[in-house]
Amino acid sequence: MLEVEIRHRQGNFRLDASFASDAAVTALFGRSGAGKTTVVNAIAGLLRPDEGRVAVNGQLLLETARRVCVAARHRRVGYVFQEGRLFPHLTVRQNLVYGRFFTPPADRYAVLDQVVALLDVAPLLDRRPATLSGGEKQRVAIGRALLASPRILLLDEPLASLDPGRKGEILFYIERLRDEMRIPIVYVTHEIEEIVRLAERMVLMSDGRSVACGTVPEIMARLDLKPMTGRFEGGAVLEAVVTAQDLDYGITTLAFDGGELQCTGVDALRGERVRVRIRARDVAICLERPAATSVRNVLAGKIAEIGAYAGPEVDVRIEVGRVSVLARLTRRSADELELAPGRAVYALVKSVAIDHRSVGYA
Amino acid sequence: MATLTPDEWEAIRLSLRVSLWGVAASLPLAVAVAMLLARVRFPGKSVFDAVVHLPLVLPPVVVGYFLLLLLGRRGPIGDWLESTFGVVVAFRWTGAAIAAAVMGFPLMVRAIRLSIEAIDARIESTAATLGANPAWVFASVTLPLALPGIITGVLLSFARSLGEFGATITFVSNIPGETRTLPIAIYTYTQVPGGDPQALRLSIIAVVLSIGALLVSEFLVRRANARVAGRDA
Repeated sequence: MLEVEIRHRQGNFRLDASFASDAAVTALFGRSGAGKTTVVNAIAGLLRPDEGRVAVNGQLLLETARRVCVAARHRRVGYVFQEGRLFPHLTVRQNLVYGRFFTPPADRYAVLDQVVALLDVAPLLDRRPATLSGGEKQRVAIGRALLASPRILLLDEPLASLDPGRKGEILFYIERLRDEMRIPIVYVTHEIEEIVRLAERMVLMSDGRSVACGTVPEIMARLDLKPMTGRFEGGAVLEAVVTAQDLDYGITTLAFDGGELQCTGVDALRGERVRVRIRARDVAICLERPAATSVRNVLAGKIAEIGAYAGPEVDVRIEVGRVSVLARLTRRSADELELAPGRAVYALVKSVAIDHRSVGYA
Repeated sequence: MATLTPDEWEAIRLSLRVSLWGVAASLPLAVAVAMLLARVRFPGKSVFDAVVHLPLVLPPVVVGYFLLLLLGRRGPIGDWLESTFGVVVAFRWTGAAIAAAVMGFPLMVRAIRLSIEAIDARIESTAATLGANPAWVFASVTLPLALPGIITGVLLSFARSLGEFGATITFVSNIPGETRTLPIAIYTYTQVPGGDPQALRLSIIAVVLSIGALLVSEFLVRRANARVAGRDA
């Protein structure tokens, strides 16, 4: 359980964030400059906020009202920075074990061999940081933080400085870490894709404030948060189970609380739980069930909410069974179809619009 | 140009001893002062900085005279040293080492300070998040990363000490076997009739010593730089 409450002023910037989460991965999401890193620095003890309280698993790390402020070195908070920040003069092995012996023996749970295997860094052990690629550096940085046996792991945009090919690689290792080590993770990012892939819960940050906090599907379905959840990438996130894999056609069938969804390029076994993001701009609305169509997903539902009318677009929330699907239409279409809350509609989703980048493995 | 006379040998040995002790004694203090100037903000910092640099800008004779006033047998510190520890530095080789250390100090501090300032302070806070206390962060991160600057500082101070003349002769005079270092010996030979060949020989030795020190430090700095940059040394 992570409890955070921070108020801080830095020049003109005001931070006011509070949230609590007991998820395996909690995402801190927001544009750059929203205050995400400041929050993480306050959790790690690198910044002492004007006012606030931070507790991890009941262990109080900061409470300004009671003048409690545990020094960073005593917090046992693992911190992986955007740029890795490995010690340049030490080998990979020396970097990895740097924090090990500062942890009291009774609290040491991380084992070198296990972490080395988890992150596949065995071939790198005798090398020096300058000879590593960006992805390798980030893996070593994660391993170094883990080997100090932290109570919680903070990952501050760990993919930001990597090229797109490497991002998938690191995501894979973070997933593995989430599933194999029982350690809560706070994951800072401004990419929806990474959240869908990794996180159960998210905290939405904007202009120094924590605007909303909840499960990823809850937050992503809220129309009022649209300006902050991403104009282009925004869309509903569903939790689903894989029910069939058609290997001939490469189509995966997912069952969710309200119907079935067919999509392509999903690498998961039957019975696996996944999170799928359906971008609002990939969803069309039809008043009748279309007959001859290439669109494989026709979801019957009813309009629950229509977003604010501004500009040429409007977002519509459709309830399909017990979940929400968002559709982004032109305002003109919405007017011509006379869409209104309560109206029964069909949401059309192309299978090819959902691919491996829209899926996370829970 | 055959073999060296015992007098010449003595001047060389004495010079090396004075310089090495001067460097060794001032190194810890120089690192501390460099750390203070690079990392700590305090009132009066610019005045402190100026005082540290004073030996660089003052005439060496003035520095030597101040040392004599302070550390001479009747000076406040010299008197205290003698009455408390029975130590006398005036007109001894130890006094020459002190003069050398003082004159080389600003050069040493400057080089070390620059290399500390070049270290990304965030690397140090990373060590703190891993559980390291400030002393260990300093020993395991700051010091190794500042090593190229420390080596450069040691060389500059050593070279300055080998060549020290004005402050030394003013503070501890020109006593054969005690304070007659290489430069003072050269000066002495130039003052006696027929001393030119000896002065020339000692001058050549001074050149050899300086170049030797330069080469050794170049080699060490290159190795340290490779380490700091994270390349395989």
